[in-house]
Amino acid sequence: MYTNGYIFRYAAIMVIIAAAVLSTAAMLLKPFQEKNVAIDKMGGILASAKIPDVDASNAMSLFNKYVKEEIVINQDGDVVESYKEGKMEDGKAFKIDMKRELYKKSKGEPYELPLYVIEDGSQKLFIIPFRGIGLWGPIWGNMALNDDLNTIVGVTFDHKGETPGLGAEIVADFFTKQFIGKKIFNDKNEFMSIMVVKGGIEKLPKNQRIHGVDAITGGTITCNGVNDMIKDILESYLPYLQKNR
Amino acid sequence: MSAEVKEKEPLFSPKNLKLIKNPINLSNPITVQVLGICSALAVTAKLMPAIVLSISVLVVMAVSNVVVSLLRNGIPPRIRIIVQLVVIASMVILVDQVLKAFVYDVSKQLSVFVGLIITNCIIMGRLEAFAMSNKPWPAFLDGIGNALGYGIILIIVAFFRELLGSGTVLDMQVIPDVFYEFGYKNNGLMILPPMALITVGVIIWVQRYYTRDLIEKN
Repeated sequence: MYTNGYIFRYAAIMVIIAAAVLSTAAMLLKPFQEKNVAIDKMGGILASAKIPDVDASNAMSLFNKYVKEEIVINQDGDVVESYKEGKMEDGKAFKIDMKRELYKKSKGEPYELPLYVIEDGSQKLFIIPFRGIGLWGPIWGNMALNDDLNTIVGVTFDHKGETPGLGAEIVADFFTKQFIGKKIFNDKNEFMSIMVVKGGIEKLPKNQRIHGVDAITGGTITCNGVNDMIKDILESYLPYLQKNR
Repeated sequence: MSAEVKEKEPLFSPKNLKLIKNPINLSNPITVQVLGICSALAVTAKLMPAIVLSISVLVVMAVSNVVVSLLRNGIPPRIRIIVQLVVIASMVILVDQVLKAFVYDVSKQLSVFVGLIITNCIIMGRLEAFAMSNKPWPAFLDGIGNALGYGIILIIVAFFRELLGSGTVLDMQVIPDVFYEFGYKNNGLMILPPMALITVGVIIWVQRYYTRDLIEKN
């Protein structure tokens, strides 16, 4: 009843129609989606700096209100560009694709990284964006450092598809809260990063507990990802941090 | 088939209405056929994602039922499953893109589960069992009916899980602070997946109590 030729033609035409419909939809919806992603990114940066009441509707205006400077630094920790005037979402730093820059870094090529300066009253905070690998996909986040470039004021994490209830809990308050007040350098000014410790920070020597947080039970691989991500990214920013402390 | 012209059936004839009513109770996809349990566990910790997923499933199901029903006479039987999958997958991707563009927060919460609508057995089951051999209008109603049957259970489960697990409904606090001062605590277990299964179990129990037809004879 149905010849092979018919079946092949049918399949081919069907696939072409489906592809055309889907790519048209993707093209039409892209501007909206990109705006959402930008707003989400702004929300994350503001939330790490503990700016209250940030939601999707006001993220962009609050971002422009609180972010006073966007800095682009290179691998040697030198400031390449400092963006202070104009709309903050148009700054070069905001447009940097961390994924691509980290790829350049892994290849040993020169790279550039963004840094945001938030001024909230008397407080001056430096926000470092993160990007790393979880269990199922990318994880990312932001860390707000005090102007001593050592003490953590707040962090946020987010993920593409970590296990709900386990690894996905890195987003939750109980996890991110632990980072507040922790330090990334020790008393001798050596870089310590922040360790995400399986089994809890009681396992660390007493003087190192200020550089560690508890991992999440059942989310070990994601937590290792967070640990590695913090270490990798902070190391990339280390030249800048050390020059400016 | 004889040549005699059938009397034109009204759009909402009793037979057609049954297509919507039956899946809500007598042949409910979740509580009677026990299909689509996976997403019922995963997205029902909060009411909002459950509602959005229900609407997404409704759209996917209604549209793909109609599309497959329109194509039913041209689809070569040998590749019919592939054709059905292409239709479902295209719809799911469309829904996912629309969610990302207009309700980004919810789409982030649903994450992979929107994509997993593709593997929801209810949808392919209805395409294969109903849309392939019925006209577009009944197929449309069948899709709506089954999606409603699925969605209602999802929303009931999510309502109780959010109420008892977080003390909120649609993120608004409904349990007054006074209760908490007297020592009331949110039940953390309700948020975990096992309680979704138990809630579904309770719903099945209640449903069978009121719908004796569902009880097996022996």
